[in-house]
Amino acid sequence: MKISNLDALDEIKQQGLKKIFPGKPRIAVGLATCGIATGGDLVFEALKDSLEKRGLDVYLAKVGCIGYCKEEPLVNISFPGKPLLILHRVKERDANSIVEALTKGDVPEEKALCRIEEWDHLTSKLAYGSGFENVPRYSDIPYFRYQKKLVLRNCGLINPEDIEEYIGIGGYYPLFKALKSMSPEEIIEEVKASELRGRGGAGFPTGLKWSITRAANGSRKYVICNADEGDPGAYMNRNEMESDPHMLIEGMLIGAYAIGAQEGVIYVRAEYPKAIERLELALQQAEEYGLLGDGILGTNFSFHITLAKGAGAFVCGEETALISSVEGKPGRPRPRPPFPAEKGLWGMPTNINNVETWCNIPIIIAKGGNWFAQTGTDKNKGTKVFSLVGKVDNVGLVEVPLGTPLSQIVYEIGNGGTGGKKIKALQTGGPSGGCIPASLFDTPVDYEKLKEAGSIMGSGGIVVMDADTCMVDTAKFFIEFTSDESCGKCIPCKEGLQMVHETLEKITRGEGTQGDLEVIEDLCDTIQKTSLCALGQTAPNPVLTTIRYFRSEYEAHIRDHKCPAKQCRALITYRILEDKCTGCTLCARVCPVAAITGELRKPHSINPDLCTKCGSCKDVCKFDAVIVE
Amino acid sequence: MEQEKIDEIISRHRTASGRLLSILEEIQKAAGYLPKQSLVYLSKQIGVPLSQLYSLATFYSFFELQPVGRHIITVCQGTACHVKGAPRILSALEDLLGIKREETTPDRKFSLTTNDLEFTLNTARCFGACSMAPVIRVDGKVYGYNTPEKLPQILKRYGWREK
Repeated sequence: MKISNLDALDEIKQQGLKKIFPGKPRIAVGLATCGIATGGDLVFEALKDSLEKRGLDVYLAKVGCIGYCKEEPLVNISFPGKPLLILHRVKERDANSIVEALTKGDVPEEKALCRIEEWDHLTSKLAYGSGFENVPRYSDIPYFRYQKKLVLRNCGLINPEDIEEYIGIGGYYPLFKALKSMSPEEIIEEVKASELRGRGGAGFPTGLKWSITRAANGSRKYVICNADEGDPGAYMNRNEMESDPHMLIEGMLIGAYAIGAQEGVIYVRAEYPKAIERLELALQQAEEYGLLGDGILGTNFSFHITLAKGAGAFVCGEETALISSVEGKPGRPRPRPPFPAEKGLWGMPTNINNVETWCNIPIIIAKGGNWFAQTGTDKNKGTKVFSLVGKVDNVGLVEVPLGTPLSQIVYEIGNGGTGGKKIKALQTGGPSGGCIPASLFDTPVDYEKLKEAGSIMGSGGIVVMDADTCMVDTAKFFIEFTSDESCGKCIPCKEGLQMVHETLEKITRGEGTQGDLEVIEDLCDTIQKTSLCALGQTAPNPVLTTIRYFRSEYEAHIRDHKCPAKQCRALITYRILEDKCTGCTLCARVCPVAAITGELRKPHSINPDLCTKCGSCKDVCKFDAVIVE
Repeated sequence: MEQEKIDEIISRHRTASGRLLSILEEIQKAAGYLPKQSLVYLSKQIGVPLSQLYSLATFYSFFELQPVGRHIITVCQGTACHVKGAPRILSALEDLLGIKREETTPDRKFSLTTNDLEFTLNTARCFGACSMAPVIRVDGKVYGYNTPEKLPQILKRYGWREK
């Protein structure tokens, strides 16, 4: 049915709430890409089987991911009048005991991570109930305590494949408000008052961008969602699309109305099949309910959204390259101006924003720009979602107010290094960003402060590194990446990055010479100054920051032919300590190239000519007999 | 690939925005790669020069112009995977499957198929499954928290046998 008035919207809201509070137990399994990969889909099937066998009347649903990836698979259980419980590390074999407990009106409390008594979806507040006092509160869990969820407020709690649940918690009400009671200018004023800046990384003021596109001349106008989340180590956009696709669609609808656009495009990378599947379904449902298409909500506003899929080209995250790609051409950037706001897709005024930027819009309209601007710092308002990954204990998605110090993210939310190891540095902003040493972790996450430290905000990836990460190798990794992904248009980027890569390769082989670092710095300077687009202009950042903060590691490679992190294969050897080796033969059995020989119960040895330095022997040895030198 | 199938794919993509890449992706999904005769036919049907289709197929790393193996193994090369040992995973897979990156095609696109056409090994920039690093994907299924020692068990599910 098509919604055209408030009564109809309220009616769907009630239907949605009946799914969240079905008057009987509700079990919801976290099924975003990460939940599925850790076995969430098997848990879902096992629960379904077990419920059917026992004939239990339970509402079984899928939800997205609440962001605590380390604890997956996650399963939510709620009873009428009781708190919502989040169970963690649920295995297929746990399904029976969960259902068993349910038949007695109970839950296996030992599997419960935390309880949620009430939840503020911001567009509405849900009260679950009280009880289960032995289970920690949501806010008692350090991983959650310091987070502030604006964008991720629905993720992991509602079914992303059911538009009624999104409407049930107050979704699409901001769109209703915008279309029925606000002029396009008023909406833009509200977005300007929020001081929201682009979440794709560059931090351009969103309201200003919108007003430029609105003012531009063109017979048609477009809005585009940049969902080509190409930075390796960043996956917040994936989760935003997989766990709450309607928030993005609603943001685009409000933007299109304010800007005066008739057509929208979501450009999503092909590496995200689940996000594509959920977006397709969400677009279809939004059309069925009259929230997308012709005459939206009974007004004369019409807007259509097309999904365009990328095909594995990092440079397509750059807006002019992205537009070329949507037009069916190779993604090569072109000079700006003209900016897309004046001449974009098919030569028409086009407004491009990142997924997370669009996701911030509904709440700005619902609560007002001034409300939004209360969070964050002077020039950095609102929150930012980060993917906290690498060698950190608590990996997952973290949403914090802008201005939060890196130390709080890494140590309090992330609980420090994996296995208690000391953290050496972290990397933000993907291949365009830089490495920040632990000594600078009091740096607040905001656009300007990260830039001062030599890095950038980027789209929000934070990759943590410890003593076992070689900073020269890290720089080489990023340069190999950008060198490969360079579209080939600008010679300094194409050839220069290749030269930097070759020099770094030489250094990691132990063949570096005095003066190499100066050559690299010189090349980087030219690449930064003479490349057309941000790919080339920022590609040197990982090298320049590692030289700036970890020069001694470079010098150890060049002067002493040593890799302090023991990672660069040409500079290390594996050896078995005779006095520690018990001759258990485990290492010999896992060695993929049969480089390890020895008799049972006698010390083994590694043939250095055959050894590929894969490290498998060290991984499996139970006696610490394998060492790296 | 049958012409009717290509016609059917074309008919489902009417909106100009994003049309070409979507059509190519669907042909590759159906055929496993982009067969030359399919591109020639597509070019005629939609009036786009073959040279432009070829330029897309070579610019975007997602596309394959050669037949691929029955099972496709993709190793994630993202930052989180890199610091957690993706290079070791890749070289272990090269050893297990008996194919080497150095033997890759001249266009430097890393995609190699075993002689028995059972497995194709390639790499991707980032799956966005960084919490489970290092990650690989086999025929669309994602496997996380890998170590070189765990790989043979995964490969065996797809018919791989130790030599």
